[in-house]
Amino acid sequence: MRVEIEIERGCPAEGVETHRERFRVEVPRHVTVLDTLIQIKDDLDGTLTFRRSCRSAICGSCAMRINGRSGLACDTLVESELRRFGHLLIQPLAQMPVTKDLAVQMAPFWRRVRAVKPWVTKDGEEPSWPVERESLMEQHHVEEMDDASRCIMCMACFSACEVATVDERFLGPAALAKAYRFVADPRDSERTERLTALNGSGGYWDCTRCNQCVEACPKDVKPMEAIVNLRRDAIRAGLTDTIGSRHITEFISIVRQEGRLNEGRMPMKMKPNPLELLKVAPLALRMLRKGKLPLPYHPPIPRVREVRRIIDRKKGST
Amino acid sequence: MHQVSHDVLIIGAGLTGMRAALEIAPGVDVAVLSKVHPVRSHSGAAQGGINAALREDDSWENHAFDTVKGSDYLGDQDAIEIMCREAPSAIRQMEHWGVIFSRADDRRIAQRPFGGAGYPRTCYAADRTGHALLHAMYEQVMRRGMQVYEEWFLTDLVVEDGVCQGVVALDIPTGELILCRAKAVVLATGGYGRVYRTSSNGLVNTGDGMAVAYRAGAPLTDMEFVQFHPTTLKSNGVLITEGSRGEGGVLINAKGERFMTKYAPHAMELASRDVVSRAEQTEINEGRGVDGCVLLDMRHLGREKIMERLPQIRDLAIKFAGTDPVEVPVPVRPGAHYSMGGIRADNDCKSPLEGLFAAGECACISVHGANRLGGNSLLETIVFGRRAGAAVNDFIGGRPMPRPGQHHLTDAAGRIEALLDHPTGERAGALRRELGTVMNRSVGVFRTRDVLAEADRVAARIARRAQRLWVMDKGRTFNTDLMEALEFQNVTALARTIVAGALAREESRGAHFRQDFPRRDDAKWMRHTLAEYTPDGPKLSYGEVRKTKYEPTERSY
Repeated sequence: MRVEIEIERGCPAEGVETHRERFRVEVPRHVTVLDTLIQIKDDLDGTLTFRRSCRSAICGSCAMRINGRSGLACDTLVESELRRFGHLLIQPLAQMPVTKDLAVQMAPFWRRVRAVKPWVTKDGEEPSWPVERESLMEQHHVEEMDDASRCIMCMACFSACEVATVDERFLGPAALAKAYRFVADPRDSERTERLTALNGSGGYWDCTRCNQCVEACPKDVKPMEAIVNLRRDAIRAGLTDTIGSRHITEFISIVRQEGRLNEGRMPMKMKPNPLELLKVAPLALRMLRKGKLPLPYHPPIPRVREVRRIIDRKKGST
Repeated sequence: MHQVSHDVLIIGAGLTGMRAALEIAPGVDVAVLSKVHPVRSHSGAAQGGINAALREDDSWENHAFDTVKGSDYLGDQDAIEIMCREAPSAIRQMEHWGVIFSRADDRRIAQRPFGGAGYPRTCYAADRTGHALLHAMYEQVMRRGMQVYEEWFLTDLVVEDGVCQGVVALDIPTGELILCRAKAVVLATGGYGRVYRTSSNGLVNTGDGMAVAYRAGAPLTDMEFVQFHPTTLKSNGVLITEGSRGEGGVLINAKGERFMTKYAPHAMELASRDVVSRAEQTEINEGRGVDGCVLLDMRHLGREKIMERLPQIRDLAIKFAGTDPVEVPVPVRPGAHYSMGGIRADNDCKSPLEGLFAAGECACISVHGANRLGGNSLLETIVFGRRAGAAVNDFIGGRPMPRPGQHHLTDAAGRIEALLDHPTGERAGALRRELGTVMNRSVGVFRTRDVLAEADRVAARIARRAQRLWVMDKGRTFNTDLMEALEFQNVTALARTIVAGALAREESRGAHFRQDFPRRDDAKWMRHTLAEYTPDGPKLSYGEVRKTKYEPTERSY
């Protein structure tokens, strides 16, 4: 089939500004975006630059934006993109400076990954050689780490991350999912330290749960779920002094008391410091004027006792 | 152009290279150089598993025997014994470094049956064992803050007075050429699958380390032994792990017959890979194939088992073959997968060139002989990566930093300038397809003299044409067009050694099958092929196979 593909190109170091070029190629029907790029480079324009290796979604080299969505070129079929969008636009990943065409600088990504200390930390010495035994592990631990350990570090999730777009400090989905992999590893001795280190600015509470990382990930890692798991583990570990953790604990507390969420009380619970509360006063007044500010006090719903029983039973079982 | 110096330089940051780096003694200045980011290395694509005699009712001797037999008695038995004896410790050390292995009910590392093995000794991490090992290895490299020169491409070995004194490398992101001096160089650059048109290998597997060493005077061993993996997808050669057969998957032909009964009545689908690939190719050639393939049937395993043990290959089959193995058999055929041959190295990974070490798939020690067992390649990387590191520690003690001349750098720069200067000519991509097609057709599972002789002539012509490639990209920054041209020159050099070895070896052994010489001939041919570079092509000689206690017998499964 005949395909027209538009590619965003450029090379800052050589003074070539970002621009778009169109290529027309004749390709077989079940071809991938990567196959097409390779054909263009081999036969039409050798200067087209992109990373690639395995062609089977395991090395992570060929991540780029295809019709605006971050993903791997080697496992995206040209035909389905054309069917969905009617055109094919290829751009480099977002969040990272472009070196050339579709090849970006990976340093901003790896800096964030390193920041979570991505290695198993153990008490005691390295085992001496010969190593007589392995540590024992239940298969359910393997399963708990399964999603996060599937990550191929392709950077698609980081490119798609909406918080990373506006907040330089945010470590991003891949780094945090990787952190969860170690928090969930029974062999690691620094679980609490990890949760504590990532509890503050730039850590797991800064995710807005937009789900873009889950959508972008070609390996079904579900980074946002790993982030939610980190939050759960943090609260269980007693790290409850953040706005984010209070949002969760107070949400449950209010629902238990009234049988439903009372938005009017939430800000007061999340920000116990009255000075902090004053900062949201202008917003509160605007909401009051538009009839959108619930009264802080509400009577509980008629069958609130049943709600309390459900919550208490669930709490008891955790 | 500039210069760097390190006590030890390791080329290649896959499992072997990184393992070697981690073994270098503290205080020694070691740097790793890789043409891709370490986690992009093709080690990560290995799926099925890594072998070791971990259990009390298994033994390293059994593992060694299976490996010797699997090698069709061309493997060096002392090297094989070392590998199998060290295997349990090597794997447990990786587990200690955080590899997430799948677990058995007794909480120990789980093991599955694999081809050519008399006991289920293949440890696995679902069906992404290579990925699990590679990422854990890189985590350790990050932990130690090791120096890695990312996206530096090896162009030459620096050899003076018969001693390897470093390398010349092209920094791809900047286009700079760098002279890297070192007391010891370890090549861990992987295989050459891209010599073939269809291959399970990544596009980076162009055998650069082998070619560079070969041109610098290091001999290559057993290059004609190319492993064709029995289960690769038709469209792109992508691998479907042997684990799919280890978990119970069966192979059927167009008539629905489990044809392996004819070829390997005991081991069936878990015979050694060369036996299975030949069986498949015979079925296909004799008209019992389905669209040039046979069928891998895993339906009877059930959805749950496939999702738990083989999830990745299910995704690959759906994506690239349009078939869900839970519902439908997957069409597969043999594809170039592994290079048994490589740079000649001894049990401590020393090459005949002083100062040069080689380990992993790019080396030939030889632990795999004429055919490699599944699960032994991942094992080879960590056992010999470690041994290479240990040998380098011993070697560099007291040695001064070499001072090679600048001409190595200017010579390399001159060659690259000359290549960039061609205003037009043949593109590497087109020539690569042409050579790959000839190799697929003529130097594949079944070989015969006349076809090989013609391939030899074609390979020589293509090698000459490759000296005048047209590189369209004349820029400095991230010039992958230039890199691919240099890679293809390496591929053509290696192709010639493969064809020459295959043409000369008039017997059938392991993965090398001659239809005109279908028998194994121990009297004349139980020896290693050695290929040395000359400007006119490879010069062949032969070397002894080292035996310990296993007498060659007829090999059947």
